[in-house]
Amino acid sequence: MTIHRPAALSLFDGAVLAQAGKDSMIKLDPRQLVRNPVMFTTALVAVLATVLTLRDVTSGGAQSGVMVQISAWLWFTVIFANFAEAIAEGRGKAQAASLRRTKSEAVAKRVSAVGSTRHEVVAAADLRSGDLVVCEAGDSIPGDGDVVTGIATVDESAITGESAPVIRESGGDRSAVTGGTRVVSDRIVIRITANPGEAFLDRMIALVEGARRQKTPNEIALTILLVGMTLIFLIVVATLPAWASWSGTAIPVVFLAALFITLIPTTIGGLLSAIGIAGMDRLVKFNVIAKSGRAVEAAGDIDVLLLDKTGTITLGARQASEFLALADVNEHDLAEAAFLSSLADETPEGKSIVALARIRFQLKEPERADMIFIPFTAQTRMSGVDLSHAQIRKGASDSIIAHVAERSGTTPGRGIKDLVQLVERVAKSGGTPLVVARDGRPLGVIHLKDIVKPGIRERFATLRAMGIRTVMVTGDNPLTAAAIAAEAGVDDYLAEATPEKKLELIREHQQGGQLVAMCGDGSNDAPALAQADVGVAMNTGTQAAREAGNMVDLESDPTKLIEIVMIGKQLLMSRGALTTFSIANDVAKYFAIIPALFLASYPQLGALNVMGLASPQSAILAAIIFNAVIIVALIPLALKGVGYRPAAAEVLLKRNLVIYGLGGLIVPFIGIKLIDMMIAALGLA
Amino acid sequence: MDAYGILQILIFAAAVLALTPVLGGFMARVYDGRARLFAPIERVLYRLCGIDPAREQNWVGYALSLLVLHLLAVLTLYGLQRLQGFLPLNPAGQGGVPPDLAFNTAISFSTNTNWQNYGGESTMSTLVQMAGLAVHNFLSAAAGISVAVALIRGFARRSARTIGNFYVDLTRTTLYLLLPICVVGALVLVWQGVPQNLNAHAEAATLEGSRQVIAQGPVASQMMIKHLGTNGGGFFNANAAHPYENPNGLVNLIHLVAIVAIGAGLTNTFGRMVGDTRQGWAILTAMGLLFLVGVLAAYGAEARGNPALGGMVNLEGKEVRFGIAASTLFAVVTTATSCGAVNAMHDSLLPLAGLVPMVNMLLGEVVVGGVGSGLYGILVFVLIAVFIAGLMVGRTPEYLGKKIEAREVKLAMLAILATPLGVLGLGGLAMITPAGLAGIAAAGPHGLSEVLYAFASAANNNGSAFGGLSGNSVFYNTALAVAMVIGRFGIIIPVLAIAGSMAAKKTVPSSAGTFPTHGGLFVALLVGVILVVGGLTYFPLLALGPVVEHLALAAGTLF
Amino acid sequence: MVKELRPALTLLVLLTLIAGLAYPFAVTGLAGIAFPWQANGSLIEKDGHVIGSALIGQTFTGRGYFWGRPSATAVAPYDAANSGGSNLAPSAKALAEAVAERDAALRAAHPEESGPVPADLLTTSASGLDPHITPAAAMWQIKRVAMARHIPMDQVRTLVMDHVEGRELGVLGEPRVNVLRLNLVLDERWPMR
Repeated sequence: MTIHRPAALSLFDGAVLAQAGKDSMIKLDPRQLVRNPVMFTTALVAVLATVLTLRDVTSGGAQSGVMVQISAWLWFTVIFANFAEAIAEGRGKAQAASLRRTKSEAVAKRVSAVGSTRHEVVAAADLRSGDLVVCEAGDSIPGDGDVVTGIATVDESAITGESAPVIRESGGDRSAVTGGTRVVSDRIVIRITANPGEAFLDRMIALVEGARRQKTPNEIALTILLVGMTLIFLIVVATLPAWASWSGTAIPVVFLAALFITLIPTTIGGLLSAIGIAGMDRLVKFNVIAKSGRAVEAAGDIDVLLLDKTGTITLGARQASEFLALADVNEHDLAEAAFLSSLADETPEGKSIVALARIRFQLKEPERADMIFIPFTAQTRMSGVDLSHAQIRKGASDSIIAHVAERSGTTPGRGIKDLVQLVERVAKSGGTPLVVARDGRPLGVIHLKDIVKPGIRERFATLRAMGIRTVMVTGDNPLTAAAIAAEAGVDDYLAEATPEKKLELIREHQQGGQLVAMCGDGSNDAPALAQADVGVAMNTGTQAAREAGNMVDLESDPTKLIEIVMIGKQLLMSRGALTTFSIANDVAKYFAIIPALFLASYPQLGALNVMGLASPQSAILAAIIFNAVIIVALIPLALKGVGYRPAAAEVLLKRNLVIYGLGGLIVPFIGIKLIDMMIAALGLA
Repeated sequence: MDAYGILQILIFAAAVLALTPVLGGFMARVYDGRARLFAPIERVLYRLCGIDPAREQNWVGYALSLLVLHLLAVLTLYGLQRLQGFLPLNPAGQGGVPPDLAFNTAISFSTNTNWQNYGGESTMSTLVQMAGLAVHNFLSAAAGISVAVALIRGFARRSARTIGNFYVDLTRTTLYLLLPICVVGALVLVWQGVPQNLNAHAEAATLEGSRQVIAQGPVASQMMIKHLGTNGGGFFNANAAHPYENPNGLVNLIHLVAIVAIGAGLTNTFGRMVGDTRQGWAILTAMGLLFLVGVLAAYGAEARGNPALGGMVNLEGKEVRFGIAASTLFAVVTTATSCGAVNAMHDSLLPLAGLVPMVNMLLGEVVVGGVGSGLYGILVFVLIAVFIAGLMVGRTPEYLGKKIEAREVKLAMLAILATPLGVLGLGGLAMITPAGLAGIAAAGPHGLSEVLYAFASAANNNGSAFGGLSGNSVFYNTALAVAMVIGRFGIIIPVLAIAGSMAAKKTVPSSAGTFPTHGGLFVALLVGVILVVGGLTYFPLLALGPVVEHLALAAGTLF
Repeated sequence: MVKELRPALTLLVLLTLIAGLAYPFAVTGLAGIAFPWQANGSLIEKDGHVIGSALIGQTFTGRGYFWGRPSATAVAPYDAANSGGSNLAPSAKALAEAVAERDAALRAAHPEESGPVPADLLTTSASGLDPHITPAAAMWQIKRVAMARHIPMDQVRTLVMDHVEGRELGVLGEPRVNVLRLNLVLDERWPMR
């Protein structure tokens, strides 16, 4: 299986940078700036400083050289923040373009009714929800929809990367088709379910581009915190001249503006939306489409993870474990028949049957010349081989029984009853029975057993360390479920699960205040997907499931929930870490600016100039430059997210507090000192 | 610093630690209704007032009752002061108190500030002292504790609409907690020498033959509630430095323990009521660390002596029986809490020793803090700390299983904004108005310190002062009163709103993914957030006041 | 709002009665019975006249008396109806000047003492009514008092030693000497002629 992922962008792609540069100027539009209160404040202060500077320059003030520079850096602070957002959006757009390529530019064959043989050719973009289109082998599917009639194999590699075509048929759990995929065989009629621009691909494109991004709940709360901090510093700086007047100090307003902007949390304020967009972006790289930022954030909060057993906890493909022959059949014969019928079967199950037969009976592969292999089809649900002397079929019990009945032309006899017993026995032990028949006579059953995925136990341990409980959901009986649950190391299981039971379980956990994530694909999963706080629909699933969930996994890999949770957590952590960093920075800025402002009145305050900055002017300038440049310096971190390894909350906090708290205290001391040395060397102040 | 000094600090800390679980457990019984000793008295009171004790209030109702009661209390106290000349129990024949001073005093006592722009023995009649001021000592303390209890209920309850009944909480606090301790404590104080009589003045002919008029009154009963309720309004102008209020080292220790006991105990009550006493101990540990740093800094600074006077022991404004150690300990305790009683004149403390009380107040008085107000004050910081920490562990932040969301962050920030507005805004006004400047006594940076201290004290409802400032003017009486109102109700109302919104939330069971709020890491984080928020807000002014003064003094510069 | 007024007003009145009147009156009554002397201000009587309070300092200027600390009370020193301190900042010129002035005066009054003047004699107390001085300050004045009363220095020293009050419970507060009590005993044993 090859996984198709959008081509990875280097962190600073040239084209993205150039576009971001342009966009960061466009974003100076007050209507855009006002969405970000901290940056809007910064821009207002920059305007004020510019006006005052111009007045000072025209009147030939002594400080005008420094004032010009301060005003310029105030503007740079805003532009750098815009730049960060623009880069994130630019990268999102690049991702979106890669998503868009999968959208069909082709035409559609619209029909008026399901049975209609006549169609009219329209542009795919003109299709409306409810339109019926017909697609035949070779056609591109023009939009998201449900198969109304027919069955076909569809190549979905364009969006999933899975090269093997998949079956799409009406009525079942595999009825959903995605625009941009291609019909390989047969003919289907599709009812289009999304208006142009409303397909989930369109929604995701809008999200990663940042255009329709709504603030997530935590982002809103954090913004309030930042606004609060801004107000506190506004009070501090606005009242400072009054207090300073006691010592006869008059502080130039531009210096006050510099102090104010360095104190307010511009670093996190400037990077906040970039972090959010980058989080969505990271999700797309995992081939997961989220319908809202809120869902991604909720993923980080998940307490309980409901995972389907098959394909998630156990290998979707089962392994042959024994041959169960009917009473009047030799086990060797059964094994040989199974062996021969599976020689051409490239599925893991088929291979495991061949391997088991070889080990048990040392069977040798015969000449293939006179063998005609019958592949598995959606209609027959059987596969097998036609030999010169025999015809062997294997498949699900009902289809083999039907096959037997058809061949012998009789109603099932005693042998069939025994067969059913065997089949049931296997099913009860948690395995899958595969019936083998030769020349229309059943031989016995191959027991296909669930194999717990290697490494899954460790993943669950990781989740447990993160505080997430895993619950395995299976249709198996409780005994089997318990056995597999113990083997896989899940915390709990739901056996004999029905969609209703699943929904009830989710509600139960939510009553207790927990957040629940699950993934599903069938139509009957839709209520549970909608109820869950994070519902990940498999792309191979029904349109109903895809609509109900708040994320769609294009690769249909249920274990990806774990990655989604991590991305959600990383998003919050990046915000928290940069907030801490931003606030911790203020200490150094005070030590740079306060002695500078009051040195004339109180030479003693020189003792607070612990960095030994060259002059009061250079100190203020160094602080404001550091404040602006740090935004740019942290863009890579905002885009990549802070490093995250699953661990207990306390460990994570300790680590982040040391890096971003302590680091936030120390880094600006060094940075401001270096900038001050440069300013002094260049003679800027 | 000497061994006796350190030992006194340790004895004080040990006494508080020993009392914490006892008082904490008792208060938990009082507020969940298990203590029933005075039930008959309660029934009579509720019937007379028309209060249904079983009917709980939502946060709006709780806040409304609190505000109405305070409004009435302020009006009553104002009236009593204005009319004291016509009222009984006025042995010294005091005349009516001027309107601005009466206004300031009424606000001051009802907000638990007890800033005194008057000299107790020279202004107020015995009736005002007892029925006016002393009642407010009980009321304002009980109100603060009630708000804290309401907030605790908010955290403890799940999916609830109500947070208790304000009148019931107020009544039970007074009857079960404050009065019994006060009666016993006051008698101990009298035994140790604190007067308790209804005489006006005693007249003495001194050994050298001059006449000495010695003010008298019901001092002991007021001392006990003034400290226990972190009120701090002295019976005498010199407050707890007056030998009658605080005659010896033992009484001094009783005062100190009384100041801190309820505030420390409430952390334990909090832990018990939310079902995890470790939560309470964690908060008390954070408070304890801040206290320890403060007391060592102040004591260390003061013990070095005044460099401008050749390093002479700084006994200016101190009493011999307390010396340096017990005086600085008292200064730190009284400002860490919102008490504001003083046993030494803070204005005369060395700059860095005077900086500690200022910082204590400016941090929002959360180092144990005022009764009730200390706990709800620090819980506001806890919310902010948990919010930032929660983000850093990658989850929607939660405290005690309650998610901290936009609404709570908004309310917490409102509460945090109240004090800077009062201190920096109104204090700044004092620095640029002639009326404000006229009150400043000291020249140089110490002048700024006096104003900063006054507004820090008022806006944090402390009540202690750099006494050099002449606060009894229309400007200061008004501005300080406004600061007190902002600092009291600007925090109480958001806090009650937080209580309401917390009570309504579901409780999420904790897991390895939730960050534990009872460990050392949380304590360190909380201390960090308190220091950073407070420090960043006031760094410039602290630099311009005590820090410059210290640097100048070290260089021998006088003003 | 009106519905709110009744409980608030009634409760205010009732609590005033309980906390404002019943409480202090009860304590006054109990204290008067249990500790009448302390309850009434620890007043010291001599020959039927109140001469002061054991807890309140008073002014001493005579050479035969131990002197207390400087007092900064508002109108006159040791005004026990108007307690208060100087509130001078440690960085105040006024403080340095006052200390220098007192230092000079004390040295002039104690020409026989060469050591530094104890700090408590140079600084005003917080209350202005401090009844105590440090043992060192008392010792510093022994020679003057002994000379004025024409008694041997050793006897005065012994008297001072006997009057040093230790720390409460051995640790609380500071060792000190009550000036009024000391002077009372001086007058009793060696009356000024």
